[in-house]
Amino acid sequence: MRIGVLALQGAFLEHEQMLGQLGADCVELRQRSDLRGIDALVLPGGESTVQGKLLRELDMLHPLRASIQDGMPVLATCAGLILLAQEISGGEAPHLGTLPVRVRRNAYGRQLGSFETVAPLKGIGDFRMTFIRAPYVEAAGPGAEVLAEVDGRIVAVRAGHQLALAFHPEMGTDDRVHRAFLDMI
Amino acid sequence: MENNQQTQYELNKGLAQMLKGGVIMDVTTPEQARIAQEAGACAVMALERIPADIRAAGGVSRMSDPKMIRGIQEAVSIPVMAKVRIGHIAEARILQAIEIDYIDESEVLSPADDVYHIDKRQFRVPFVCGARDLGEALRRISEGASMIRTKGEPGTGNVVQAVRHMRKMNAEIARVTSMRSDELYEAAKELRVPVDLVQYVHDHGRLPVVNFAAGGVATPADAALMMQLGAEGVFVGSGIFKSGNPAKRARAIVQSVTNFRDAKLIASLSEDLGEAMVGINEQEIKLIMEERGK
Repeated sequence: MRIGVLALQGAFLEHEQMLGQLGADCVELRQRSDLRGIDALVLPGGESTVQGKLLRELDMLHPLRASIQDGMPVLATCAGLILLAQEISGGEAPHLGTLPVRVRRNAYGRQLGSFETVAPLKGIGDFRMTFIRAPYVEAAGPGAEVLAEVDGRIVAVRAGHQLALAFHPEMGTDDRVHRAFLDMI
Repeated sequence: MENNQQTQYELNKGLAQMLKGGVIMDVTTPEQARIAQEAGACAVMALERIPADIRAAGGVSRMSDPKMIRGIQEAVSIPVMAKVRIGHIAEARILQAIEIDYIDESEVLSPADDVYHIDKRQFRVPFVCGARDLGEALRRISEGASMIRTKGEPGTGNVVQAVRHMRKMNAEIARVTSMRSDELYEAAKELRVPVDLVQYVHDHGRLPVVNFAAGGVATPADAALMMQLGAEGVFVGSGIFKSGNPAKRARAIVQSVTNFRDAKLIASLSEDLGEAMVGINEQEIKLIMEERGK
C-alpha cells in the first residue's frame, strides 16, 4: 500500500513522518508522473493558492480529482481542506472540488488569530487541535458528516472516503487521526 | 482568548512549517503583491524599497510606512511579512499592532541597536532572522525567532553568500550531530548559545525551526541550488521585480523550488525569462549587510 503525499508546497514532511512511524509507505507527489500506483492521498497544510496553482500548472488537478471521485481515500488538513471543498467563500474558484462543503479561508484572521484547543473529534475522542491561519467549514452539504466543532464552527468533516480537517494533526505527537485514516484504506 | 507564550511560539514555528517548499517574494506595492500571489508566492515581504534600491540609495533604511503595508495586506490572502531594524523594539510593536503575519528583524535595514537584538519572546507575532552560521541561528532562536534564513548579501543578485552560509550551517550541524554528548557543553561555549539548543541539534540533526535561503537568488537555477543544499524554502528579494519579466520569472522560481531535482523541467522553466537583474560581485560592493548583527 502506497500513500501519495502531495508535496508541491507546505508541511508534507510532517505527514510522511507520522505515517512512516505507523509503518505506511509514502511517496511524494511533485509531478503528474508521481501519481501512478498510489492507493491513498494526503493533502497537507500550506498555502492553498500556491498548491492549487501548481496542481494546475503541473497537470495534476484532473487526474487527482478523477482518482478521488473513483473512491481513493483522502486525508486533507488545513489548505488540503480548501483544495477539496466544492465551494470557497468569497467566490474564489474551487480546486479539486470533491468535498460537499463551503469553506472560508483565513477564517480566524491573520497569524495573531491562530490558536490551539482541545475538542472532541467524533470516533476518536478529545483531541488537541492546532489552527494556523486556518479555514473552517461554513456549510456542510448532504453526505458530509460533521466530526468536530469548535465554538460552533465546523472544523472536521468526513464524506465517504474523504476526511478533511481545518487543523493540523500532523504537528503534534498524537497519531490517532492518521491511524483512523489508515483504517479507511 | 490569548495563547500562552509557549503555545504562541509553537503556533509561530508552525506557520513557518506551512511556508516550507515555497517562495517568499519582496514586494513594494499592492500591484506587485498581487502579481506575486498570482505567480504562486507562499507569502510576501512588504517593503518600501527592495534591497537593490536600498543599496543604491544609501543612507539610513527604516521600517516601511504602515499604510503601505496595510495596502498590501488588503491586496492578498497569503501571509504578509515586513522588516524592522535590528534591535528596534518600537518598530516591531508597530508591526504587531497592525497584525503582520511575520516580522523580519533584518540586516537589510540599518541596525537600530549595535549590541542587542529584539527580545522576541516578548512578542506574540512571529519573527524570522538572518544567520550566517549555526551559532548565529541558535542565538536568534534563543531570543525567540521562530524561523531562520541565511543572510546572503541582499540586493546583489549574487548567490555566493547564501551558499556559503547554508554550507557552513550544514557543516556545523553535521559536526554537532557527530559529537559525543559530553562534548556538547564545550560546543555550546564555542557557539555562544544555550546547551539545550545544541542538544536539540545533536539529537535531531537540524535546527529547531524552519530554515530558508535568502540573499542573491535571481534565477530558477539559483532557487534549485539552495533547495539542493538543504534550504526548506526560498526568499527572493530584488531578483523578481528588478528583472525583465517579473511574473514569468516568479512563476518559474516557484515551480523550480517544488521540483528542484528535475533539471529537465528547470531547463524549460529557465527559457525566455528575459533579462535577469544585474548582479554585483562581492568584491565590488562597499556595504556588507551580512556583517550587521551577530
